[in-house]
Formats: sequence, structure tokens, C-alpha cells
Amino acid sequence: MKLKGWKELTPGAVILEAGNAAEFKTGSWRAFKPIWIEENCIQCLFCWLYCPDMAIKVKDGKRAEYDYDYCKGCGICAMECPGKKGQKAIVMVEEGR
Amino acid sequence: MARIVAVTGNEAVAEALRQTNPDVCAAYPITPATDLMQRFASFVANGQVDTELILVESEHSAMSACIGAAAGGGRVATATSSQGLALMWEMLYIAAGTRLPIIMPVVNRSLSAPLNIHGDHSDAMGARDSGWIQLWSENGQEAYDNTIQAFKIGEHMDIRLPVMVCLDGFIISHSIERAEYLEDSEVKNFVGEYKTLNPLLDIDNPKSFGPLILPDLFHEYKRAQHEVTTKVKDVVLDIAKEFEKISGRKYGLFETYRLEDAEIALVILNSAAGTSKDVVDEFRDRGIKVGLLKPRLFRPFPYEEVADALKHLKAICVMDRADSSGGYGPVFLEVSSALYHVKKRPRMINKIYGLGGRDYLPQHAEQVLEELVEITKTDNVRIIKEYIGVRE
Repeated sequence: MKLKGWKELTPGAVILEAGNAAEFKTGSWRAFKPIWIEENCIQCLFCWLYCPDMAIKVKDGKRAEYDYDYCKGCGICAMECPGKKGQKAIVMVEEGR
Repeated sequence: MARIVAVTGNEAVAEALRQTNPDVCAAYPITPATDLMQRFASFVANGQVDTELILVESEHSAMSACIGAAAGGGRVATATSSQGLALMWEMLYIAAGTRLPIIMPVVNRSLSAPLNIHGDHSDAMGARDSGWIQLWSENGQEAYDNTIQAFKIGEHMDIRLPVMVCLDGFIISHSIERAEYLEDSEVKNFVGEYKTLNPLLDIDNPKSFGPLILPDLFHEYKRAQHEVTTKVKDVVLDIAKEFEKISGRKYGLFETYRLEDAEIALVILNSAAGTSKDVVDEFRDRGIKVGLLKPRLFRPFPYEEVADALKHLKAICVMDRADSSGGYGPVFLEVSSALYHVKKRPRMINKIYGLGGRDYLPQHAEQVLEELVEITKTDNVRIIKEYIGVRE
């Protein structure tokens, strides 16, 4: 992405394009990575609801794989995941392990 | 036809706010600005303006609400003094950095401690780096005229910056003087219908205000903001010309008084300039070539123009009604910066006067001018910065 010069900026740093957060990929911040374990998933979609970014993908009303470009590794999805019979469907693992 | 009235400075500025009819005004009372906003609140209560008056719990909230309203797309005004302005401090930078034309009369008062409610310039001088335009006013008439012009300057499409209109607490805000009011229709036509720029309430075009700007862009935003300040001088002069057409009163970047053929001069802001002009006349009667320069646009400071107006002088005293503890007075700093680039510079001294509302008397000006006469004779500056009117 080419950075703008001072003559190209909107007055007062106002952002005129709505929804441009998608251009800002926050995945590189991550120290812990959530792993989805499908067999423990009851499709409650709490993870999708609680995710503060847009890292949880849903396809045809069902939980799909992570979009790690937008996952900061905050762990909220793993925390909220009720799992199945005491087995979490989301676990956090340290990056690079 | 102008209406001739006898009013206090606060009354005159409240009248200017009534005539400019802001959409939103969020304010919190503080001496000596309280009475200004109280009068304006009466206009709101009596249905004489369309303004939404928001009563808030502090000046920090007042400026925050003004920022929100201005971002929303309204004409916005407030007023404050002293600690109130100090409490607004972080929001002042946000108003300017977000390029929101909020108009704010500042009824100048000292800053605590020790606690004092009287007039000096410490409050507005502390905010001089915030990015606001500052217009300074000698009397109620100038405060009224500057307030009306401030709307047109700040809201100008090439500028879009907030403007402070400074007037001396009590000395001007609470003293009754003759003033000429313009007709409501003249003011209405002069300031015109408010024009929005990227208003937040234009919900068909959603946008975000106040994003995080990291090191990869912040420097560019500040450079862009500087560029805007370079355009302010011309806009201020154009608007002054337009204002002269409806009022007959002439305004510039500063006022000069008997300065053209002067050898020594005072540089002094606001109400004390009036007292000083009388003393300038006395010295002129004695055959001493004395003049005066009274800054009006202090931010952005018109360095080249001030240097041109002062460079022929032999000696200058810059008078400051605010102190910078451990530094020279704020007006002195600007004037000496302006004159540094002149080949043959006048000798310069700095006097701190009138802090916390201490009276500035003709004998203070006389004392300073005698010292300047002495400097022209001996070419010897005894001391650069000194307090006058102070007991030993």
C-alpha cells in the first residue's frame, strides 16, 4: 500500500470510506492462536457472536474455519466456547510452537 | 442602521452570539465568562435564537459536546475563562486537529495558584499551541466585531479551524462602554448560512471521526494542518474588508498607532493598549517619537508583517500580561522571533505587567517609555525581562 503525502489527506483525519476496517489486518499481532476442533463443536456460534473482529467465518449458518488475518489471538472465543461434554471446541496454542 | 448602546464586554459578545445564532452551544459557568453565557442562555430561554443549549458538568464536557456537535455538522459556540479553558486543554487540540470551526470567546483571567479571578492573559497564552486561531480585542466593541468575524474566519472552507476571541476579564467583560451593534439582518447576511464539511449526521455517507493515526501518517497530518494556518492571514484580511463595508470599522492583523515615523514603541495586547495610546499621545506632545503596535491575530502569528511594521524602530518594549515562568513573556518571544531576521534590529525589552488583574496605569507606560528613550541614547539595555508595577 502506497502511503499518502500530506496534500492527499482529508481535513481532520476524517475517514470517508465506510467499512474500511477490512483493509487493516490485525493477525500479525497474535501471540496465541485459536484452534477449532470441529468434533467438539455444537454450532452454538457463541464464538462468532463474541469475536471483536471478523475472524470467525460462518458458512450456510454453520461455523467455518478461522480467518487468521483478523485474529489478534485475544482468546475470547476459546473462553466463551461451551464445547461438548467438557471438551472445548476452541483451544489456544502459542504461536511458533 | 447601527444601534448605539452602552454595554459591558460580556453583553456585547452575548449579542454577537445571538445575532450569529449558533445551532449548538455547550457551556459551563466560570468567572468572568459566566455572565456572558448567562445572557446568552436568556436569549435561548426567550426563543430569540434557535440554539440547542447543552448544560454540562465541566468545561472538558463542554468542549467535548461542542466537538461532537461540530462534527455532526452544526454551527457551534461556547465561552470560557481561566481554569475552564485549562480544563478543556486536551479537547482544544482535538477540536483543532479535527478541523472543527468552534467559536469561543475567552474572557481572559489568570490561572491558579494562588487563586485569583481577575484579568490576565495566562489562560489563552497557555493554549496558543493548540491549533486554534486567536483574535485579541481591546474593548467590548472589538470583542463584538471579532466574534462576528470569527464565525466567518473559522467556517471559511479553506480554513475550518476553531477560533478564540480574547477579551480582558472584568476590565472589559464587566465595564460598560459605548458600542455600536449591527442590525440582525446585516450580521445574518455577513456570516451566511452554515456550510458543512463531511458532517457526521449525513447518514447516507457514513464516515469516522477521530481515528488512531500512527507514526506512518501523523507527521503528514500536522504538516497539512500547518498549511491551513498559512492561509489564515489572507482570509482574516479579506473578511475584515467585508466587515468594514457593513460596519465602517477597520481591522487588520494588528493595529498600529502613530507607529510609522516612531523611533520607540510599545507592543501590547488588549485593554492595556487603550491606556498606552493616551501615554503615547502625551509623549508625542513632548516631541518624542513614540508609537504602538497592538496584535490582533496572535495565532497564527503574522511574523513578516509585524517585522515590517517594527523594523525601523530604535527600541521596543514588548509588554506581557502573562508570564512564562523561567522564560520570556509569550508576546516578547514572538516579536523577537519576528525581528531576528531583520538586518538592523531594534533593541528590545520585555516587561511583565498586570498579572492577576493588577491595574495597568499610565505611569507604568510612562516609566517604560522613559526607559526606551534612555536605551536610544545609551544603546545600553539594563535588563531584558522585568516585572513592572510590583512592590519590592
